[in-house]
Amino acid sequence: MPRLTSRAEFEAWRQSILASWDPSKPCITVCGGTGCSALGAKEVTAALGRELKKQGLQDKVDLKMTGCHGFCERGPLVVVYPQHIFYQSVTADDVPDIVSETLIKGNPLERKLYKDLVTGEPIVYEPDVPFYREQHRILMKYNGLIIPTRIQDYIAIGGYQALCKALFEMSPEQVIEEIKRSGLRGRGGAGFPTGRKWEECRRADGDIKYVICNADEGDPGAYQDRSLVEGNPHSILEGIIIGAYAVGAHEGFIYIRHEYPLAVEHITRAAEQAEEYGLLGKNILGSGFDFTFKVHRGAGAFVCGESSALMRSIEGYAGEPRAKRIHATEKGLWERPTVLNNVKTWASVPHIINNGADWFAQMGTETSKGTMVFSLVGKVNNTGLVEVPMGATLRHLVYDIGGGISSGKRCKAVQTGGPSGGCIPERLLDLPVDYEALTEAGSIMGSGGLIVMDEDTCMVDVARYFLHFTMEESCGKCTACREGSRRMYEILERIVHGKGQEGDIERLQEIGTTMINGSLCALGRMAPNPVLSTIRYFREEYEAHIRDKRCPAAVCKDLITYSIIAENCTGCGVCLRNCPQGAITGEKKQVHHIDPSKCIRCGICREVCRFDAIKVE
Amino acid sequence: MFDVNKVDAIIEKHGAEQRALTAMLQDIQGEYNYLPREALEHLAQKMKLPLIQVYQVARFYRAFSLEPRGKHSITVCLGTACHVRGGVAVADQVGRLLGIKPGETTKDRRFSFDTVNCLGCCALGPVMVVDGQYYGKMAASKVERVLAKYSGEEVATNA
Ligand SMILES: Cc1cc2nc3c(=O)[nH]c(=O)nc-3n(C[C@H](O)[C@H](O)[C@H](O)COP(=O)(O)O)c2cc1C
Ligand code: SF4
Ligand code: SF4
Ligand code: SF4
Ligand code: FES
Ligand code: FES
Repeated sequence: MPRLTSRAEFEAWRQSILASWDPSKPCITVCGGTGCSALGAKEVTAALGRELKKQGLQDKVDLKMTGCHGFCERGPLVVVYPQHIFYQSVTADDVPDIVSETLIKGNPLERKLYKDLVTGEPIVYEPDVPFYREQHRILMKYNGLIIPTRIQDYIAIGGYQALCKALFEMSPEQVIEEIKRSGLRGRGGAGFPTGRKWEECRRADGDIKYVICNADEGDPGAYQDRSLVEGNPHSILEGIIIGAYAVGAHEGFIYIRHEYPLAVEHITRAAEQAEEYGLLGKNILGSGFDFTFKVHRGAGAFVCGESSALMRSIEGYAGEPRAKRIHATEKGLWERPTVLNNVKTWASVPHIINNGADWFAQMGTETSKGTMVFSLVGKVNNTGLVEVPMGATLRHLVYDIGGGISSGKRCKAVQTGGPSGGCIPERLLDLPVDYEALTEAGSIMGSGGLIVMDEDTCMVDVARYFLHFTMEESCGKCTACREGSRRMYEILERIVHGKGQEGDIERLQEIGTTMINGSLCALGRMAPNPVLSTIRYFREEYEAHIRDKRCPAAVCKDLITYSIIAENCTGCGVCLRNCPQGAITGEKKQVHHIDPSKCIRCGICREVCRFDAIKVE
Repeated sequence: MFDVNKVDAIIEKHGAEQRALTAMLQDIQGEYNYLPREALEHLAQKMKLPLIQVYQVARFYRAFSLEPRGKHSITVCLGTACHVRGGVAVADQVGRLLGIKPGETTKDRRFSFDTVNCLGCCALGPVMVVDGQYYGKMAASKVERVLAKYSGEEVATNA
């Protein structure tokens, strides 16, 4: 097909796509996101293809491999349309039954249905599964429905209509005004108002301007940006083109983690298709607006998620942050005015243009509008990606959507904001997720990582974990960050090894303050957060480590011992055979025994014992 | 083996400009699994840059290795989600079985072992990846069986 050169041509093309898009036609989708793929989604899809052919259904039923549906815990996921019948943990062996029962006879296949965690009742339809029912999906809405690498699918769900509206009905100033009025704030961390950022860039001097999408997603434990780029790449691209039009940029980039090969592939394909149809490149849809777009793969440096470091990295240098005396909106990439936004920020833009600022602003709280996509992970039953309006409470996320704690134990804390964030204790779970509320509690919204911790999580160990992260990722440019993180890490190492001293807590707080005040970029300035917030809420755990040389969560290796509970031990010998150190002795059918001087506390015996006979304290 | 034509093709594709440096290094790494010194020297010469400037970029980013890598690459995720679910025990066990630390390669060049800060499939944590194959819900006690698949195959091909 030749490039489309006018809005009318686009409209005609869209109508032809809609004419062949029949929502009542049976369709079976398999999640092809990274999680489900790892669990065998490709084999399931291949088996479905073969089975449909065998049954002569290949023309009557569409088969699609989509992006991540969000409920990765239960993958591979399969949904049968038009009914929305939802199957979880599907294997290739289930495929013949799914085809014969559901596609041919129209009955749900009971054994693959999701069972309610409380009642045990099977749930047939996707929208009724509590994990989905309690969400409000806007950005994630179509991830389970479209083939990410087919622009036609995106067009069929209303794609690129916002771009048409912006280009042909709105001036750049009007676009900016709409974004400003919507109250959209950056979804990458700090929550800077997006419209204001665009306005600053539009007003900045210079003919050459840039827009960039930050898809570096360095937060360990967060993967929502990846799933959006993988599952609905055109929605991000459309947002970027609209933003470029608004600020007057003709060149844009996406900076994307190299650990995300599928996301790189999908956004690259999306850009090629958009170019082919005249939605990208010279004179987009005959509007006179030119815009080119390039994909830049990161090379594994967390600090490159920081805006000035990211720009240095695109320029081809080591990604060290720069002092921000001058805003990137005036002097950013190659010293030109630049707008950098997060994936979710860009993906929100087409929705705002289509539905209006008021529609967006009615969702959320006073200061935080719209929805936020979280990656709900850790010790929670329903791990996955969840989208809720701003202002939802953490309790709602963990319990109503997440289904509670997976170990059956008590929730201890929720970590938000990654290495720049903090740990929020269970008693504050009624906190609404909103930029200000989280900051007040000593954490941040961040990019949407939400890690649930239970009683088996040691908060000192978590603090040490994050400081290790910071120490490794600090670019080393400023002393406060480079040395401060090292010193803090050393103190935390000492504490977890049972060598903590009186005064260590105060020393941590002191160095933390120095880092906050003396670091150039937010990596160093925010790095003490995980330590300071855990001291604030879990001081007694630090004290137990320091004074009593005890780890209440039984995590820190030097402070725990493994032993066998005689009453529970059946003498099955499984632990003995699996212990890598030969630390376990015992006769068959007799109570076994662990030699603490040989035990390296690897935890294997506890994993393999089926009688709950290994005690750790 | 190092082949100057391959490196030239990569330079040709991207253009010998600063802005293309990481992309070229990524392609070279893709070709050899590490950055051979000869390739970096050649690149620096073509770009008319001091070698140290190319090294600076190569060393800054974690994705680049200046050492040859093992035949099989093992990655254990130590991101927060995997950490709280016991990823450290998995990593410790890999290190113990192979007798190397993260970032190292076994003497026989069979295995390279690395840890990462999130692979983006946290719902499956703890996650371990061997040559692109994901193993979810890992546990220290399962490591030996997974590794045996790869060492076993090796024995077979050597025989
Ligand atoms: C160390 C560090 C890492 C960051 N990593 C990311 C990231 O992975 N993704 C992201 O969108 N923003 C990240 N940020 C925030 C960015 O600097 C920037 O504020 C953001 O991309 C702006 O987009 P937004 O206004 O849409 O949030 C990071 C910041 C710092 C200091
Ligand atoms: S605060 Fe840390 S990461 Fe940021 S510039 Fe300074 S040393 Fe580098
Ligand atoms: S595995 Fe458990 S039950 Fe069996 S011998 Fe060991 S401790 Fe006893
Ligand atoms: S923790 Fe590990 S080393 Fe210690 S007894 Fe159990 S299996 Fe053996
Ligand atoms: S990868 Fe399938 S639901 Fe997330
Ligand atoms: S934390 Fe391990 S995959 Fe994300």
